[in-house]
Amino acid sequence: MSVIASNSFVRQDLLTERPAPVKTTGFVGLMRTRLFNSPTNILLTIVGALLLWFTIVPSVRFLMVDAVWSGKDRTACLTENAGFVVGACWPYIQAKLPQLIYGFYPEAERWRVNLTFVLAVVLLVPMLVPRLPAKGLNASLFFIAFPVVAFFLLHGGGIKGFGLSWTADLLQLFDESIVNAGQALLTLSKTSAIAPLFWIVGNFIVLVGTAIYWLIVPLTWLRDQLQATGQSVWTDFAITAAIVSLIAFVLGGGVRTGGRALVSSLVTFIAMAIVIKLMGLDHGGLPVVATNLWGGLLVTLVVSVTGIVTSLPIGIALALGRRSTIPLIRIFSIAFIEFWRGVPLITVLFFATYMLPLFLPGNFTVDGLVRALIGIALFTGAYQAENVRGGLAAIPRGQGEAAAALGLSWWKTTSLIVLPQALRHVIPNLVNSFISLFKDTSLVSIVALFDLLGSLRASFSDPKWSTPSTAFTGFAFAGIIYFMFCFGMSRYSLFVEHRLNAHRRN
Amino acid sequence: MSTEARKPPPQIALKIRRILGGKAGWNGIAVQFAFAAILGWIGYEIVSNARANLENQHIAAGFGFLRNNAGFDVNQTLISYTGSDTFLRVFVVGLLNTLVVSVVGIVFATLIGFIVALCRLSPNWLLSRVGEIYVEIIRNLPLLFQILFWYLAVLAALPNPRQSISLFGIAFVSNRGLVIPSPIGQSGLEPFLAMLALGIVAALVLRFYARRALFQRGLVIRIWPYVLGLLFGLPLAAALVFGVPFTFELPQLKGFNFAGGSRIIPEFVALTLALSTYTAAFIAEIVRAGILSVHSGQMEAGASLGLSRGTTLRLIVVPQAMRVIVPPLTNQYLNLTKNSSLAVAIGYPDLVSVFAGTSLSQTGQAIEIIAMTMGIYLLISLLTSAVMSVYGWRVSRSLGA
Repeated sequence: MSVIASNSFVRQDLLTERPAPVKTTGFVGLMRTRLFNSPTNILLTIVGALLLWFTIVPSVRFLMVDAVWSGKDRTACLTENAGFVVGACWPYIQAKLPQLIYGFYPEAERWRVNLTFVLAVVLLVPMLVPRLPAKGLNASLFFIAFPVVAFFLLHGGGIKGFGLSWTADLLQLFDESIVNAGQALLTLSKTSAIAPLFWIVGNFIVLVGTAIYWLIVPLTWLRDQLQATGQSVWTDFAITAAIVSLIAFVLGGGVRTGGRALVSSLVTFIAMAIVIKLMGLDHGGLPVVATNLWGGLLVTLVVSVTGIVTSLPIGIALALGRRSTIPLIRIFSIAFIEFWRGVPLITVLFFATYMLPLFLPGNFTVDGLVRALIGIALFTGAYQAENVRGGLAAIPRGQGEAAAALGLSWWKTTSLIVLPQALRHVIPNLVNSFISLFKDTSLVSIVALFDLLGSLRASFSDPKWSTPSTAFTGFAFAGIIYFMFCFGMSRYSLFVEHRLNAHRRN
Repeated sequence: MSTEARKPPPQIALKIRRILGGKAGWNGIAVQFAFAAILGWIGYEIVSNARANLENQHIAAGFGFLRNNAGFDVNQTLISYTGSDTFLRVFVVGLLNTLVVSVVGIVFATLIGFIVALCRLSPNWLLSRVGEIYVEIIRNLPLLFQILFWYLAVLAALPNPRQSISLFGIAFVSNRGLVIPSPIGQSGLEPFLAMLALGIVAALVLRFYARRALFQRGLVIRIWPYVLGLLFGLPLAAALVFGVPFTFELPQLKGFNFAGGSRIIPEFVALTLALSTYTAAFIAEIVRAGILSVHSGQMEAGASLGLSRGTTLRLIVVPQAMRVIVPPLTNQYLNLTKNSSLAVAIGYPDLVSVFAGTSLSQTGQAIEIIAMTMGIYLLISLLTSAVMSVYGWRVSRSLGA
């Protein structure tokens, strides 16, 4: 040992211990590195702490500590009765809760609203979880079946005919309008300077209208026969099912490959029949609840879900139109999108409320809620079009070219290759649009619909509950609801974005 | 002997087909005809229905009503207005009120937005959390909710004018609005304003000269003392020579309300507060994203050249970030202007409120009034996007050079 030690540099004694390095992790590390590491930072920390102290503490005191939790009317929430400066007046919310959620929806029928909420959640949750299967079926149920079922659940009423009668009605309306236009031109031709032109065009249009009239005669005759029988709905349903299934079978490839289309069509119709039978739509359905009785969170959700469901197809159509090479369609799409994006939503709602009824035939009245829904659908559709266009632009041109090389038509290329990829790309943007749509639904309260905010505002004027803290309590409650929905959606959009970018992380 | 390259055949028919029908050719032209027919039919339906409905309601179409007397009062006007003025003047009054609330909102929103963005980017953990909480809460609540909150809850809870909150004895906040001193012009006003304008012009010329010297000859000229002297010294000298330019009339509490000073109506205060805090949250995110988009190497390069942190930010990071920030920032300004139409919910007399609201219910001229209102907003946003596309073209040109 000593020999080795004498001619080598092995250290004999231990080094003096150095102090442990400054801790940079954990709470203490955080304090050292990011809160108190320099005089400026200490000052900033104090400023931040003061800001929090003067906002969070009063909020908590208002919502919890100083709040009144039970009582029958405003007297419970007055300072002289409670014995302290009263914060939130929660009994007011308890008393107004039905109004804030259902509006004036009749109490006996509120189970229908609850059932609709449950249905929506049951359909929506599996769609949002990426791991669950059958997204296509789920999406078609949510976007197509659910709105129809929800309409008959919430509004009530039944149906008098089915596909055949509706098609006949629609074609007849269209035909009458064409003949009217032609006749208007003919009367104009008696006074106008370019009379011969009007005369020719008018006669041509009337001719077309008459031709269409004779073309649809079998359809209208069949409808009239059906209406005469007692079982019009079910006969009509059977005929429609047979015709649609046959068309699906033939388009699906006939005997060779059409079986699948035939089966899915039949299954759809059987499901429809079950729904019609269950809800008794063939003999009147549920009692009608007029939309002016709807209110509160119900209207907020109805408006936003309808906006979401209707704006997406409008947006996709407009985005495809804007990228089309056909000049008129492109110009129309650009003008349409830029118009709706350039005006504030409130003027759109004014347009829908005051101007739209003037544009419709006099005998045709549109419900106030539906008018607002049309305005919101057009407005949001224009915004969604820009989102979808972003996604379409992100798809490499080679995808479309490869599909064309395989012999797919434009429709198949778009619907099978380009759109699915484009929509996946822009899910976060679409969800962000839905967040602003959800926030913007509060504007319908300006055109005399009582959504959550409108009901809240209406409840402020109730003298039974007027206390100094009523307004603050109401805003706190509504704010929490709005925040939960919007924050949840924004977190979901972040989650999807993270998932979509998973391959880019390293 | 050289052979000229033959010109390709003109293919006129193909070109015409391309122009008329796009890539789809003759099919495209057919589609367009069908589409035009449908549009024409819808247009015909709209016009004929509107005409029939107006006839039934005995409303005369046209813009003649604009010359009629309005007969109602507006509680905030920038130009003189009485109830006997025309609807056209109501339109102008409303438009000016919209522009005023938008401009004031834009100024405050930019200020708050940049402050919140700086908080979020700050190395201080607590402050960046505070900024984050602000942004999350404000962005996830509807704007109308916030406007109503300020108006119905906060401003309504303020004391009445007799117990109003005094801000240093010169301005008073109460549930009737904000009362501030109003300036009254004196004899020295004109020379004062002339000198101020001269100072501003001279400062701009000086800045132009200094930048040219920097870029062309590499000379760094310190101009800020001169600029300060021009901007403050000249007007001050004018005030000393010609007398006080203006005096302030202080508001006095008389009876139940204030006399003197100018009153800012509570609707304006609530709307400005809500619009600027709401838009500020979005601006903060835009500014933050813009500054983060500048590569961190730029900051390090600046430091290695011996520039201080502030100088690096000012000269290197911010100019590059501005390219990313300006387009969405303009978009937010436009949004704020459009959102100011929510004034109708609390009765601030903006364009939508006095024109599309009160005037519409008085005259019933729905088509004309709503078309004018939508048209003016459309005009503003199209102008802004035109300016922005020029800006984008300039930026891309300067990047390419």
